[in-house]
Amino acid sequence: MAALHEITATVNGERRRGHAEARKTLADFLREDLALTGTHLGCEHGVCGACTVFVDGVAVRSCLMFAVQADGAEITTIEGIGPADGTLGPVQQAFRDCHGLQCGFCTPGFIVSVHAFLADNPQPSDAEIREALSGNLCRCTGYQGIIAAVKQAAVTLAGGEKVAAPAGATH
Amino acid sequence: MKPAPFEYHAPTSVADAVALLAEHTDEAKPLAGGQSLVPMLALRLTRFEHLIDLNRIGELRGVTREDGTLTVKAMTSQREVEHSPEVAAAVPLLARATPYIGHFQIRNRGTVGGNLAHADPASELPAVALALDAEFEVASASGSRRVPASEFFIGTWTTALESEELLTAIHFPALGGAAWGDRSGFAVEEIARRSGDFALAGAVCAVALDGSGNIARAGIGLFGMGATPERARAAEESLVARSPSADDLAEIGRLAVEGLAPTDDIHASAAYRRRVGAYLVQRVLGRALEEARG
Repeated sequence: MAALHEITATVNGERRRGHAEARKTLADFLREDLALTGTHLGCEHGVCGACTVFVDGVAVRSCLMFAVQADGAEITTIEGIGPADGTLGPVQQAFRDCHGLQCGFCTPGFIVSVHAFLADNPQPSDAEIREALSGNLCRCTGYQGIIAAVKQAAVTLAGGEKVAAPAGATH
Repeated sequence: MKPAPFEYHAPTSVADAVALLAEHTDEAKPLAGGQSLVPMLALRLTRFEHLIDLNRIGELRGVTREDGTLTVKAMTSQREVEHSPEVAAAVPLLARATPYIGHFQIRNRGTVGGNLAHADPASELPAVALALDAEFEVASASGSRRVPASEFFIGTWTTALESEELLTAIHFPALGGAAWGDRSGFAVEEIARRSGDFALAGAVCAVALDGSGNIARAGIGLFGMGATPERARAAEESLVARSPSADDLAEIGRLAVEGLAPTDDIHASAAYRRRVGAYLVQRVLGRALEEARG
């Protein structure tokens, strides 16, 4: 049995502590040790983006980091991204409104990535949205609903009114 | 857990890191951003007894400009380089090539030094370092040395770094200095099936003009075109003291890929890569010249 490392991190605003082998990824630590199973694992080698979380303010793939590296870090997962009362945040609401998900497996990674993207670029062009989404794979939607959701979320976050999803975004 | 077990070290200084490398040599691997190493460990393409995490070494981060040189410390994130006005002003080619690396989530954690030391032949920054004649600063327990980019890349994933050495910084000649004067231009282009994928082929170009508008110096780097990033020396030399027209550029492109043996795989044939490579050189050279001519 390899040595266990003590890991203390602020996760979704709470101080959490656990022990893990050095080779355990942050994604596995969140899911198995902290019971935060909203972070999903698709490919486990950095391609699909399903495991995206915030670490110290930037969106990263939690399967490409070891948990021991997150000792002392501030982490936000999908569980901590919406309002504390359990209602949907503007990005989550936009995904629901615009059919930005079907099976939902990829959705946590998309929601985190879109939060990060819109924080950096609150008024993105269509091309910028497509580029920003390129690091997350979705096998159901064909992406059109997701693109519509990002546009709606950008408007909501800017304090404007919601835009209706385009007709082509409903399949 | 997918990677094989390893012992984890998190030094907080370069001195401690190189001491660990001296102790464990080829049983140890420095862990930078981990965006290439961790997948390789997860897929068990490689394994090490010891990983030396560089992320807690503050002295390995940051960008400084001094006397016509921009120094990028090895653990500076690709995100920082991509968004730094100082990098965009001093080494435009580096700033413009960086957004082509992976996706923004990868660049948030990926580092400049990690990318270069990984030495993937389809990666952008090695070609940038080659084309600009960057220098690599390398430290070990017995001192430090500088390696020119032209001597750094040995083969696929193989560099001039010895197993007890650590890449600590990369020195790029800055715009407005001796190598790349005020009348210079830079461009990067690549072909990838999907945004963020490794390039099937790519090219970077830097040109500097003399007082009469002829090319004083040219740097052309190709990636995805062989086992290492390639420098198109013959094409560069053919450009010096000339002011090529648009018609000449196709010929330069063909010259740039002459003698290259890119891989033939399921993603693209060698013939396709050569053809696309020649065309990309034509395009980046055209754009760099346009910028230099102003």
